[in-house]
Amino acid sequence: MLAYLLRRLLYTLPIALGVTLLSFLLVYIAPGDPLNAIAPADAPAEVVTALKSAYGLDKPLPVQYGLWLTRAVQGDLGVSIASGRTVRSEVLSAVKNTLILAAFAALLGMVAGVVLGAIAGNHIGGAADRFASGLSVLGVSIPHYWLGLVLTIIFSVWLDWLPAMGAGPGSSAAGGNAWAWDWAHFRHLILPGVTLCVIPMGIVTRTVRALVAETLQQEFVTALWARGLGRLAVFRHVAKNALPTILAVAGLQLGYLMGGSILVETVFAWPGTGFLLNTAIFQRDIPLLQGTILVLCMFFVALNLLVDVLQPLIDPRMRRV
Amino acid sequence: MPPYERLLIPMPPVTQLVRSPDRGGPVQPLLSVRNLVKHFPVRDGFLARTKRAVHAVDDVSFDVAKGETLGIVGESGCGKSTTARLIARLMLPDSGGLLFDGDGVDEFGGMSLQEYRRNLQMVFQDSFASLNPRMTMEDTISFGPREHGVGRQQARTRARALLDRVGLRPAQFAQRYPHELSGGQRQRVNIARALALEPRLLILDEAVAALDKSVQAQVLNLLQELKTEQGLTYIFISHDLHVVQYLCDRVMVMYLGQVVEVGPVAQIYSAARHPYTRALLSAVPSMDPARRTSKPPLSGDPPNPINPPSGCRFRDRCPHAEAVCASAAPLLHGQGNAAHLAACHMTMAGSGHSAAPALEIHV
Amino acid sequence: MTSIVSSAVPMPDAVLAPQVASAGYWRSVLQRLHRDPVAMACAAILLLLVLAALLAPWITPADPFKASMLKRLLPVGSSGHWLGTDELGRDLLSRLIYGGRLSLTMGIVPVVLAFVIGTSIGVLAGFLGGKINMVVMRTLDVFYAFPSVLLAVAISGAMGPGMSNSLLALTIVFVPQIARVAESVTTQVAKLDYIDAARMSGAGTLAIIRVQVLGNVLGPVFVYATGLISVCMILASGLSFLGLGVRPPEAEWGLMLNTLRSAIFNNPLVAALPGVMIFITSICFNLLADGIRSAMDLRR
Repeated sequence: MLAYLLRRLLYTLPIALGVTLLSFLLVYIAPGDPLNAIAPADAPAEVVTALKSAYGLDKPLPVQYGLWLTRAVQGDLGVSIASGRTVRSEVLSAVKNTLILAAFAALLGMVAGVVLGAIAGNHIGGAADRFASGLSVLGVSIPHYWLGLVLTIIFSVWLDWLPAMGAGPGSSAAGGNAWAWDWAHFRHLILPGVTLCVIPMGIVTRTVRALVAETLQQEFVTALWARGLGRLAVFRHVAKNALPTILAVAGLQLGYLMGGSILVETVFAWPGTGFLLNTAIFQRDIPLLQGTILVLCMFFVALNLLVDVLQPLIDPRMRRV
Repeated sequence: MPPYERLLIPMPPVTQLVRSPDRGGPVQPLLSVRNLVKHFPVRDGFLARTKRAVHAVDDVSFDVAKGETLGIVGESGCGKSTTARLIARLMLPDSGGLLFDGDGVDEFGGMSLQEYRRNLQMVFQDSFASLNPRMTMEDTISFGPREHGVGRQQARTRARALLDRVGLRPAQFAQRYPHELSGGQRQRVNIARALALEPRLLILDEAVAALDKSVQAQVLNLLQELKTEQGLTYIFISHDLHVVQYLCDRVMVMYLGQVVEVGPVAQIYSAARHPYTRALLSAVPSMDPARRTSKPPLSGDPPNPINPPSGCRFRDRCPHAEAVCASAAPLLHGQGNAAHLAACHMTMAGSGHSAAPALEIHV
Repeated sequence: MTSIVSSAVPMPDAVLAPQVASAGYWRSVLQRLHRDPVAMACAAILLLLVLAALLAPWITPADPFKASMLKRLLPVGSSGHWLGTDELGRDLLSRLIYGGRLSLTMGIVPVVLAFVIGTSIGVLAGFLGGKINMVVMRTLDVFYAFPSVLLAVAISGAMGPGMSNSLLALTIVFVPQIARVAESVTTQVAKLDYIDAARMSGAGTLAIIRVQVLGNVLGPVFVYATGLISVCMILASGLSFLGLGVRPPEAEWGLMLNTLRSAIFNNPLVAALPGVMIFITSICFNLLADGIRSAMDLRR
């Protein structure tokens, strides 16, 4: 078991390293000198040189990467050019907001997906199945940023029940960290959360449906029926079999939502990492861009690793000798 | 995974595929296998360090005479299929070599791999997995000739002729796909494909094992006819001792990656010298109700090819094992009969085994 | 040795089959597809959209770039502008038709490119195996470790706005996914006996791949790739929505959603229309892909 853990870790490490490299290099594929964002075009030569050395841009690329990586591992991600605050503080407060949104959406999507998928899998070919499958296809095909707009139109513009933007009092685009679990804040979470949850819902429904249908066809279920077990008891068995895959999918979806929330956050002006990324791109704020991408990807990689490690614990078939 | 091959330089096109001529005459063996060794590392430990190895083939040597059918028998895991793949060069050995009609194979100064491929073909056990599900029978059979430069129309004609020869009407079968044929029909197609390049030696790796008995009989008869008609040589690998007795001229018995006995079929079946061979043969039930099997001929578990026992590998299951069997590995020897060899201390004079014949010293 | 069975006995298995050549696999797939009403409906809709995009210069009622401050945000059903006008007074119907050209291109071209590149990489890695496979797949894993939206945004953002940049970014996003599927299928195929038989025929590696392997790999990869088109469309329009893809004054559905955002309070219907187009196209591609997948499943 320990051997398996170590092996997964050893496998993930070069991937993580590659991710850091890619995050670092991304900004350099951009046309133009990164310096243009920092210094005005008509700055005198000494100012340019001073800025260059201050940001370490005069050193060769591999050295820059090495320095950046060593600092990043210690938690120092540099200073944001636009806002002047440390990248770390910006990213951390943004991550908190995105985590709230992503976790909420993932939970919602999971629950809806599992319920729909279980119903569909139980009644393959029937009306419930077609309905659930239809919803699942919709969930996967709908452009979620458009759905966000539509929901805003319905619930904000026409009905005026829920707010259209922001994350509640105390938070702002500057990344205020004033989240509290009260209705004043929660009502801001509903629309973006529901919008974001359609994607995992679609995928989880499809997965659970296939899983339940496949498990029900297996011979051990027939044996359970033959022994006289009731529906609920059989369902518990089916659930146990489906659990490892569902958890894996859940973990991956959470990671995906964390990284892919930028569109919904833009629609709702939710002050999370996606929004931060947006600002960083348009202001060409290199340290912020590198730092945000790095943190988001590390999250994804860590989540994948967690799922990999938890799998054998839940699924005895995957335990290696 | 088999090693990938170099991108071969295309051979100059030939208008006709002709069987390679005989070079060494009837005395020279068609195939000479010398000291083949193949070990597969077993990945152990969390850093995947190689600690143990599967001794699939350990120092196997034998000859195949021209025009004969050599049978290779043994239990699962004895190394017969690995040996077949090594001979077919689908796998590279760790050491050892092959001589085809006197020429080294894939060696400096010998014949090239592509030439060798023209002379040696193989028919696999799984008739369905041996055929590309997306290609028609005609295309499958013409693939080889086309890759050797034969024109499209010619290759097609040839494929149809071969289908006819193996007993499948071309008008019916040429355009069919594998899933539209029965097991016996597919195996015929495999044989036709093997013959497409006019080989001299055919390896049949459990080629009839998956077929029903009646179909087996037909395919075996077909193989006999083809052999006489085209002057082929066969290596027939099987675990079915009846079929081997019917089809083969000589038999080679393998155990845990080594050859334990080899000799003419009549001698092996009537007077086997190695205890393993005797046990194998007695495991075959007799048709005579008066001769029933009362106790199992072999005791102990089937062998584990990972890190085999020292000395004679059969000693764990051999009722006649003694101390010398653990300390010294027996060599293949004839004891006066050069055609019938066995690797057992009991039959070797002066080996130290209590049942061994006395050493005759001629002064 | 005497034969057990005389070879004069007629073979029982070669007797009763009809004399006609069997239909090709792809033909049977098309036949099955024809009988699927949902898939056919989606195919028809998509065909219509593609035709509209191709014939755009001839069928649009008004100039999609002609702005008019007087006619801003006219509602749906206005005379002369059936679907209203956008925030700069341009006819929405015309812009939607023109938008289809760019949106469809941005949705399909990256997948096609990724299919070609990804399949080549995957098949070579899968067939050649060993160290090459390991190096290639580990490198692709690094890209796979990025959520696709993030990767697309990051590359697009780094390279700057523009359609060609977005196309490149999207291609890069999809190549690892397709390569993974191709490698996995190729590895399974390469283990089968008929590949060994092909090796024994003396054919070179490229010939084996071309003749024996590709036919068996392209099918599953193609099915996977068609499923990616709708994702690509949504992602591509999403990039334009963020301002990273197509730039104004071009017409593209995602870009139109972006510029019309502020209009949701005044004229919500018009603001939502471009998204409807993305939605319809995406769902049609998805349902069609599902239909193709079922039709290709030999077990039905």
